[in-house]
Amino acid sequence: MVLGVTFGDWIGEIENWVYAAIAIAMVYGAFRVVTTKNVVHAALYLVITLGGSAALFLLLGAEFVAWTLVLVYIGAIVVLFLFGIMITRAPLGYETKLSHPMRVRVGAALVSGALFLLVGGSLLDAYGSDPVPVAADATRTATIGQSIFDRFVIPFEVISFVLLAALIGGIVIARRDPEDAAVGKTEVGA
Amino acid sequence: MLINQFLLLGAALFSLGVYGVLSRRNAVLVLLSVELMLAAVNINLVAFDIMNQDPQAGGQIFALFVIAVAAAEVGIGLAIVLMIYRNRRSANVDELDLMKL
Repeated sequence: MVLGVTFGDWIGEIENWVYAAIAIAMVYGAFRVVTTKNVVHAALYLVITLGGSAALFLLLGAEFVAWTLVLVYIGAIVVLFLFGIMITRAPLGYETKLSHPMRVRVGAALVSGALFLLVGGSLLDAYGSDPVPVAADATRTATIGQSIFDRFVIPFEVISFVLLAALIGGIVIARRDPEDAAVGKTEVGA
Repeated sequence: MLINQFLLLGAALFSLGVYGVLSRRNAVLVLLSVELMLAAVNINLVAFDIMNQDPQAGGQIFALFVIAVAAAEVGIGLAIVLMIYRNRRSANVDELDLMKL
């Protein structure tokens, strides 16, 4: 693996120190998401990973995406996950095994390891040590706003339909049947 | 900063997400691992946008759409898991084999 820049040069820049700290925290959080034995902890470790990625976006100058990620992803999606976890807990508080047996896990580890080596190898081959020219000032939200309503207005309208469909679909899927509600029958987790 | 440091981080998160999807038995944890994969994709998109210095910030807008679609997908996915839990008292994906031949 021959990169154009040496490790000494790379460590010399302060941005890379910040990047290294954030990246280590993110990878640790992601690793614990997939290996922890506590479901609630898994959701909270995901917060670490998502928060780290928001910090990386700030490092790159993509401020609007970073704060949108904090607001929507951490603020709404993780909270939704915690609701789902609370509602689907086993009733007596005991935790059934959360992962497949060791045989399956070893296979999964091999597959994901092979995937990482394949992708990582091709990335190193393709991009070597190309730098990221971070602009002096961050991306302006006005730029993003103008682009959304100029070049990306059709995806913007489509995403409104997608969210509407998800809203209606979620309500229809998860509601109680009307006849069950009329009879007064209650279900687990309702 | 190198572009590869962001791309390799995205690749690592994606691989961990794949491991989670394959090895977890609880349906909510599978959805969490899918969220990991989407986060990795977001890192890639924004890193490439900054590298190419797109004047219209196309990569960042793509990342915003990925976040919106992820929100919709998590809502529907958790609604489905909730219904499964109501009917079967368990969120175990191994038990969802009614359509098996």
